[in-house]
Amino acid sequence: MFKYLFAKAEDIPAGSAAVYFGFSSVVWFVIGTGIGSFNAAKLAFPDFVMGSEILSFGHMRQVHVLAVILGWISMAFAMAMMYITPALGNTKLWSEKLGVWNCFLWNVGLSLGLFLLWLGVTSGREYSDLPWFIDLVVVFGLLLPLGINVWMTIKTRRTQGIYTTNWFFGAATFMVIIVFLVGNAPEFFQLTGLTEAYLTWWFAHNVLGLWITPVAAAISYYIVPKVTGNPLYSHRIGHLHFWSVVVFYSTPAAHHLMSAPLPEWLKSFASVEGVLILVPAIAFVSNLLLTMTGKWRMFVENIEIKFTITGVMMAIPLNLQGGFQQTRAINWYIHGTGWIVAHAHLALLGFSTFLEAAAVYYGLQTLLRRKLYSLGLANFHFWMLLIGFTTYWISMTIAGLIQGAGKIYEVPYIDVVIAEHPYMIARWVGGTMVFLGNCVWLYNMWKTARAGTVIPAGRLPHELAYER
Amino acid sequence: MAFREYKVGARMFGLALGTSMFITLYMPAVDIAGVSATTAAMERQLGFGRVGGFSYEDPFLLGWAKPVTVDITEDPKTGAPIEPTRAYVYEADVPFPNGVRHPRILGAMPEELSVSKGRVTEASETQGAVFVVRETTQSGVSVPYIENVTATRGWTPDAAIAVASEQTKHYIGKGKIMFVREGCWWCHTLLPEQTQDWQYFGAPPMLGDFNGESPTAFGSDRKAPDLSHVGSRNSSREWMNLHFFNPRLVQPYSIMPRYDYLWGDVDADGNPIDYDAWRAAYNDYETGKTVYPPEVPVPAADSEARALVDFIISLK
Repeated sequence: MFKYLFAKAEDIPAGSAAVYFGFSSVVWFVIGTGIGSFNAAKLAFPDFVMGSEILSFGHMRQVHVLAVILGWISMAFAMAMMYITPALGNTKLWSEKLGVWNCFLWNVGLSLGLFLLWLGVTSGREYSDLPWFIDLVVVFGLLLPLGINVWMTIKTRRTQGIYTTNWFFGAATFMVIIVFLVGNAPEFFQLTGLTEAYLTWWFAHNVLGLWITPVAAAISYYIVPKVTGNPLYSHRIGHLHFWSVVVFYSTPAAHHLMSAPLPEWLKSFASVEGVLILVPAIAFVSNLLLTMTGKWRMFVENIEIKFTITGVMMAIPLNLQGGFQQTRAINWYIHGTGWIVAHAHLALLGFSTFLEAAAVYYGLQTLLRRKLYSLGLANFHFWMLLIGFTTYWISMTIAGLIQGAGKIYEVPYIDVVIAEHPYMIARWVGGTMVFLGNCVWLYNMWKTARAGTVIPAGRLPHELAYER
Repeated sequence: MAFREYKVGARMFGLALGTSMFITLYMPAVDIAGVSATTAAMERQLGFGRVGGFSYEDPFLLGWAKPVTVDITEDPKTGAPIEPTRAYVYEADVPFPNGVRHPRILGAMPEELSVSKGRVTEASETQGAVFVVRETTQSGVSVPYIENVTATRGWTPDAAIAVASEQTKHYIGKGKIMFVREGCWWCHTLLPEQTQDWQYFGAPPMLGDFNGESPTAFGSDRKAPDLSHVGSRNSSREWMNLHFFNPRLVQPYSIMPRYDYLWGDVDADGNPIDYDAWRAAYNDYETGKTVYPPEVPVPAADSEARALVDFIISLK
């Protein structure tokens, strides 16, 4: 990467930035899930690694969250944007050099931010934990260069229309910048009290709703038609998905604070809008599953489709939970319990991660012109992720229901802690499986780059047979 | 080739996102800005200081430049006995909380009283000031306000500290920094919910209980009891010291981490703390080799543990 930072633009091979982003994202995924597994061990066994401030749970928890969101998920997004946007515009990335710098700054900025966070330098606001000067680095060093590359690539496209995926890419990069600037306003301008609390969750909600969810969905709008060869089932349903994300998903931030003393009209409004999240969700899932018509054998045989469709199907429980758990009828029972932790992992580790993993698998093979080194290892990765995640999700959902019952029946809190203990161990086992699966994935991608069969010109990766 | 420019779509997108932000940002902001601060909000912000997270004056979250809360029964200027009073001492160059810097955020009536009767606008950060929370009745309603007693009664920060003993000084502002830095709020919420929590963890907060406080650190994932009113349930420093040093001493099934490292190098008497020896002795106790656990050291007055306990006990 370093040799291209100061190279002439024409000397940088097309796709370099995407390859660097792809490998960076996998490395951050290994780091992020490794810290997650470490944290889970501490919740199961509190004296596991003690006496050290920086290795304490309170210092590591936010490092796990942000390493996964800004390292794994967002860098995989950047990787996907840097090869899918030009591919759909029948052109090259607007500036490969900006992309390489973007990747370099992203790794440096994120490492610096997480290092400070690890030391305890935090704003004390969940999801926007990074102190405000790191937030500015994130906006102007990470997201804005990415956005400029995406917007300019779309602008200089050589196709008449813009495909669904690129609407989402162009809009989401714009919206995430707005969300970062507005959501961190309490730190920039020292806003306090309920305004600070509300903006914290306005940020947390919208970074999920206007960045992670739409970009992950946009990736599958590309991968499924591309790999199966079927055209997208319906462009119109894609329209419905896009517009309902912008209109409905940007509004229910207050449903994260249903039990806080916010204005009641705001909570009611947020709750109603929250149910309407089902509109984009149903549009997305039905569109993708109908695109699969006639190609369902690829769900078994092809690793990218296996990951993508699993992720798409996880959007069904995700949105049924998300749409209804925030209504007053249900929220009072499960708010603040492990149920929510399970739901958050269903969104990020279930739905979203499976879609991005497919993008990274497919993109790295395409860009490196090498066939995946081992289907066996990829399947091992898939099952470790799926079984590990499912173990985590089920155990945390049960733990959440126990906590909810403990809450309403006024059980002494320590009895809840005792009852949860087996599920805390199960969560640690599940999280560790995900971590180990990712280590195997990193090895598999490394071997693909080094020893994968070269894909002949004019061929796509999925047209070649797997060799191992 | 004339490409489609998506003019209508781009405008519709701006309209949709703009409307959404108007409804979810502007309208609540107007609503929340009209809320008057309660007594609790004033006590909280005066005790915590300007920021509870990262700030210029305390970039590494070590509790620098934070106010000290003192409970005094003697007028710092005249030495005459007074009613027990809680005063918030801001020594020179300690940033004032937001209600003093911008009294507007206190809401209409508290702002007017804090400025006219409380003279908060006369306070100077470079010289320091002492504040107290007062209440007065206006047209039948009790209204709290902040009084700058340095201006109204001539209490200087040094004099206010001098009349307090080590037992009546509370490092609540530094303690909030510890609470945020050590991530206590990842497990302990500061928000009793508007449900059964009313009976178990006490009353949920009111709309005006947070004006001026940042970050509010409500927490979202409750793996442990809510702490909003913990000082009313348990205000024993001895229990808190045991519990922070090793939670398993007082609650065998607790999954809370040990915060023994917040004690620092020496205890309250200046004796060095031997953590390895303590842990070895505790292991002997845990495995049944000895009958009693080792003694937990009393934290030094300037230790982070002391500040954290002060903060926790202040949550009434």
